[in-house]
Amino acid sequence: METTSPPGTKRRRGWRGDADQRSGAWYPRWYWPSFTGPGTLWLVLLFVLPFYTVLSVAFGTVEPFFRTPLPVYQPWYWNFATFSTTLEKLYVSPAIYQPALIRTFTYVFAASFICLVIGYAVAYYAARFAGKHRVLVLVLLVAPFWISYLMRIYAWQSLLQPDGYVNDALGALHLVSSPVLWLSGKPVTVILGLVYGYIPFMILPLYGSLDRIEASMLEAGRDLGASPSQTFRRVTLPLSKPAILAGLVIVALPMFGDYYTSNLLGTQQTSMFGNLIDTSVYQAGQGPEAGSLVLILMVIVIAPMLYYLRETRRAAESA
Amino acid sequence: MSSATLVPPTPASSTASRIRGWRKNPWRRPRFLQAITIGYLLWSLIPVAIAVVFSFNSGRSRSTWQGASLRWWNGDPFDSLFHDPTLRAAMLQTFRLSFLTVLIAVPIGTAFAIGIDRWHGRPARPANFMMLLSFVVPEMILGVSLFLLFTNLFKNLVPLGTTAQLLGLATFQMSYPVIIVRARLLSIGPEYEEAAMDLGAKPGQSIRRVLLPLLSPAILASVAVVFADSVDDFVIVRYLSGPANSEPLSVKIYSAARSSPTPAVNAAATVMLMATLAMIIVGYLVYRRFARGTGDAGDMASFTQL
Repeated sequence: METTSPPGTKRRRGWRGDADQRSGAWYPRWYWPSFTGPGTLWLVLLFVLPFYTVLSVAFGTVEPFFRTPLPVYQPWYWNFATFSTTLEKLYVSPAIYQPALIRTFTYVFAASFICLVIGYAVAYYAARFAGKHRVLVLVLLVAPFWISYLMRIYAWQSLLQPDGYVNDALGALHLVSSPVLWLSGKPVTVILGLVYGYIPFMILPLYGSLDRIEASMLEAGRDLGASPSQTFRRVTLPLSKPAILAGLVIVALPMFGDYYTSNLLGTQQTSMFGNLIDTSVYQAGQGPEAGSLVLILMVIVIAPMLYYLRETRRAAESA
Repeated sequence: MSSATLVPPTPASSTASRIRGWRKNPWRRPRFLQAITIGYLLWSLIPVAIAVVFSFNSGRSRSTWQGASLRWWNGDPFDSLFHDPTLRAAMLQTFRLSFLTVLIAVPIGTAFAIGIDRWHGRPARPANFMMLLSFVVPEMILGVSLFLLFTNLFKNLVPLGTTAQLLGLATFQMSYPVIIVRARLLSIGPEYEEAAMDLGAKPGQSIRRVLLPLLSPAILASVAVVFADSVDDFVIVRYLSGPANSEPLSVKIYSAARSSPTPAVNAAATVMLMATLAMIIVGYLVYRRFARGTGDAGDMASFTQL
């Protein structure tokens, strides 16, 4: 996100560094870079270097006796054997990792879609109809954002126990005769857990976008003869499309790396890609495999990540 | 689940007339959307409220109410939150990590934001890109990467434990102040600083005495956000925790939830909740106070959408 300079000012990149021509203020060349220095150095050491370590571990070997990873830091000695074995576990015949991969995509798509449907309705209501309760609705919508994900999932775990309140309520309404074992590896529990956990991230961008749509735009649509549903389809929906896509990406990204929802609300039968990584990280001899799995996850999420960054930059530039 | 119980059962004919009425006047309140919103709010907040209430359960169960007591907060001399040494250590660790993360991430992030806003040199772009990437990367990926870093390349430099957790948390949180402060920088523009320099301030003086006061709402908002988010953090902190006493509350709750938790876990979660909410409320109030009269609306919406 390069800052846009005002029209008519030329950027000077000469030996004098950046000079602001309008005020004549003059800074030494090192002045502004020195502000970014600490942050940049920090990220190089603790953001870029860790990824390089992942590569070195994934393409390295294992110490034969202790079975700890033996990373190879020179790219020309990298060995891709473990990486290709790990890849094969995802699609070649005894594809032991394939179910988790398919499950991850199914759960993430289902949960993101449910997030969108509920989130859109809620954001639409809050932006257009909340009226004098707007602040209260907003505060309540934002509250889950600041409650720890873990506590919220833990709360559901308690409610969904065989003797928990969900089964009590279902039993009292005579909907079930015996307690439902919600936590025994039911996909629906994990999907709803994911929805519950990440939906605030969907509602906020949607609310922001729907709130910015001028009522006059909708009135214009109505005046020009569109029915309410046409106005929604052809005015509101296209105007909120960037927020829909951004919201989908921002909820899907963490879901791809999620392992705790399945661990707390499901069993082995609902384990996701994140669970594969989480179990292999701590297992002796599995270091290169853990690294390979992280790389594969990185490949899965890099496109949506870059898309999100591009879209937010575009939104910032047009604002 | 609650939305179904909230909508009174309406006969089909009245539904039809309602739709006709909506066609006539689409600006009236749509009951259906209202029901979904109320249902959503109940669905999102009631489970948490129940979890808080159960921290006052007198029995061992976290799902069956057995009467009210302070047993799991203070009463039980061994297993209550304020007496169990591991939970006490975890509480301390949570606040230590969050406090120190704020001290590291907010100043570095603020300086980065100012620098990147003013510096038009070529390397500014990749540096900024790297910062934004650290904002969107799934925490899982960063956590495992840092774990592999501290167990391999930095093995003899930084052992797993508080220092590693702090470095990891600060890395993950640094992008918040950058984004919040930059948004503020864009809205205040360079004019005030230029005026100060025209009046004879040196670059350092104009930053210290003009820019930083103008940025203070954004910096305070960053403090609140980073603190609250660090209290809640779990993935990175768990991968980088070393000895048992370096595990903060979030990690304890996770481990307990997977075995057999007592309501003391609910009490621990309630402490986290209170810490986060208190920080956010204080942050919001201070933000509103500082943002007053500077062109920012200073309402909840602009605070939450930072």
